[in-house]
Amino acid sequence: MKKTFIIEDLECAHCAAKMEQAVKNLDGVIDASVNFLKSSITVEADDEIFDKVMKQAVKECKKIEPDAEIVL
Amino acid sequence: MTKKQKKELRKIIISAVFFVAAIVLKNIEILTVLFSAAAFAVCGYKSVVRAIKNLVRLNPLDEHLLMTVASIGAFVIGEPVEGAAVMVFYQVGELFQSIAVSKSRKEIAALADIAPESACVLRDGEFVTVSPEEVKLGDTLLIKAGERVPVDCKVTEGNADIDTKAITGESVPVAVSAGESVFSGSVNLNGAIRAEAVAVYKNSTVAKILELTENVSSRKSSYESFIHRFALVYTPIVVGAAVLLAVVPSIVLGNWFEWIKRALTFLVISCPCALVISVPLAFFAGLGRASSNGILIKGSNYLEAMAKADTVVFDKTGTLTTGGFFVTEINPVTVSNEELLKVCASAENFSNHPVADAVKREYTGKLLEVTDVKELAGMGICAQSEQGEILAGNKRLMEEYKVSYDEVSDLGTVVYVACDGKFLGTVTVSDKVKENAKSAIEALKKQGIKKTVILTGDKHTAAEAVAKAVGADRVHYELLPQDKVEITEKIINDGAKVIFCGDGINDAPVMAMADISVSMGQIGQDAAIEASDIVITDDNLEKLSSAIRLAKKTVGAARVNIVFCIGVKVAVLILGALGITNIWAAVFADVGVCVIAVLNSVRILSKKLTKF
Repeated sequence: MKKTFIIEDLECAHCAAKMEQAVKNLDGVIDASVNFLKSSITVEADDEIFDKVMKQAVKECKKIEPDAEIVL
Repeated sequence: MTKKQKKELRKIIISAVFFVAAIVLKNIEILTVLFSAAAFAVCGYKSVVRAIKNLVRLNPLDEHLLMTVASIGAFVIGEPVEGAAVMVFYQVGELFQSIAVSKSRKEIAALADIAPESACVLRDGEFVTVSPEEVKLGDTLLIKAGERVPVDCKVTEGNADIDTKAITGESVPVAVSAGESVFSGSVNLNGAIRAEAVAVYKNSTVAKILELTENVSSRKSSYESFIHRFALVYTPIVVGAAVLLAVVPSIVLGNWFEWIKRALTFLVISCPCALVISVPLAFFAGLGRASSNGILIKGSNYLEAMAKADTVVFDKTGTLTTGGFFVTEINPVTVSNEELLKVCASAENFSNHPVADAVKREYTGKLLEVTDVKELAGMGICAQSEQGEILAGNKRLMEEYKVSYDEVSDLGTVVYVACDGKFLGTVTVSDKVKENAKSAIEALKKQGIKKTVILTGDKHTAAEAVAKAVGADRVHYELLPQDKVEITEKIINDGAKVIFCGDGINDAPVMAMADISVSMGQIGQDAAIEASDIVITDDNLEKLSSAIRLAKKTVGAARVNIVFCIGVKVAVLILGALGITNIWAAVFADVGVCVIAVLNSVRILSKKLTKF
């Protein structure tokens, strides 16, 4: 499954790149890309674990940039 | 400005007042320190909090932390005004950046805003508003003035002018009435229409275009990849250099304060933000600008490739020519043009042959009544009318019926027309070269395309004629599909960067081989969209050169930004290390450069710079 989520208050492009890397490194994530200009993240992962993976992704991104928030 | 940005602005203004006070009172040391600290605290406390949090998380290369260290460091070594300056200007820069980014985000979003929000469908005798995804095949839709067409549909009732610019790039509205198709994503300008849904949202044109533009970010240009790699190493190297600069010379030469001061300038410029934001922004602006003009580019790598192209290979039929038969020549002998066409069209009226279609399209007046229409295979048509027996066909037909005629050697298909045993003249039907084909090729040359080549399966004379008419450099004719591949391969092997421009349906192997493949006028054709890198939604050839110019401007802006940002940063790093410059310059190198670079990228959205 591949889904796109909005990231609120994503203001730092460098952090966006770091977020992308962090989410890519999560177990179960096939691919991830952050679009800084659209303030969105697209995550590809297997259907069964998708929700779980996304929860982790939200947590990881929060660590990198506390201001920005992925809206699930 | 958003609420958050306004709040930041207020903090910066208060800080600025304290900051000015600190400068004015620089003779009274204690007041200077106090006011500087106040300026630092008001606008910087949030960064300090963030810095500490990041430090706890063992993330020492965070921007906030680096700025905080630089700022506090300046206070510690007895330069309170500089310390405050770092923080105040850092925040000013952040605010500018934030405003510039949100503004360009908005502009780009507006370009891509073609998604219909709702659909009005007939359910149980009443029109209800639903989301476009809920529309089923065959549903009756009501589309009012000002509304966006939710799914591809066919008008059943009413008339309206439809603005299809978002989909086809065509700026002139199209008038539609019952029986005509409308693409989703177009806007109804006036008059309500009822229409039948012919596709569900997922399969509608608008959904496909949106999907195309949304997946764009996964295909990055080499510039973007470079920035990505650069950003990963830049910060650690600069911070490492700062530490070395603070420690090593101090141990050897002493004078700790001076070396720490120099090292602080390093910290201030250690964020690669200017590049990380501005370079992708340039490409994004370029892609957005293109798509709002009916040129869908599947990734910034193609924008980059297009800027380098030097050869354009065209498919002839349907690309340089209209692809359909048209009446191109009318040669009457004894009667008027009008009369000749009338007789010809009357005889051809019941035929479905492409030639007959072309004649019927050309003549829209009243037809003669004809009876006893015979299609004579390989010759033409014979029909009876009140004016006598009409013959319309090739030379053999004339010979068969023993009518004397003047031979015409036009390109294309010549229809000889006779009535009541008398030769009236000829009508020539052929594929027509697009009106703007010649000017489009001239425009390509202006954009630095050195060679234009035509590939066609058509005959020698027809191919040569088209090549001459449009001003192409070379033409290869009577080609089979595999010949086209072979010739393209040869051109590429000779070192050319090739754009292949075709209708996208018949030339998949050539499209796959070319550096960039462009399909034209095939919106709604999945195969064409799939096969090509760039889709020009209408069949306006001139858009190709506009796209190349846009690509060049985009790549140019990206390149300027890279050189400018890295140049300024490296220069300030060197000057900083030598102690020639100070923290002020470093602050400019960080935030000032970023704002300038972002503005340079946003320029691409300007209509003046990239005209269509």
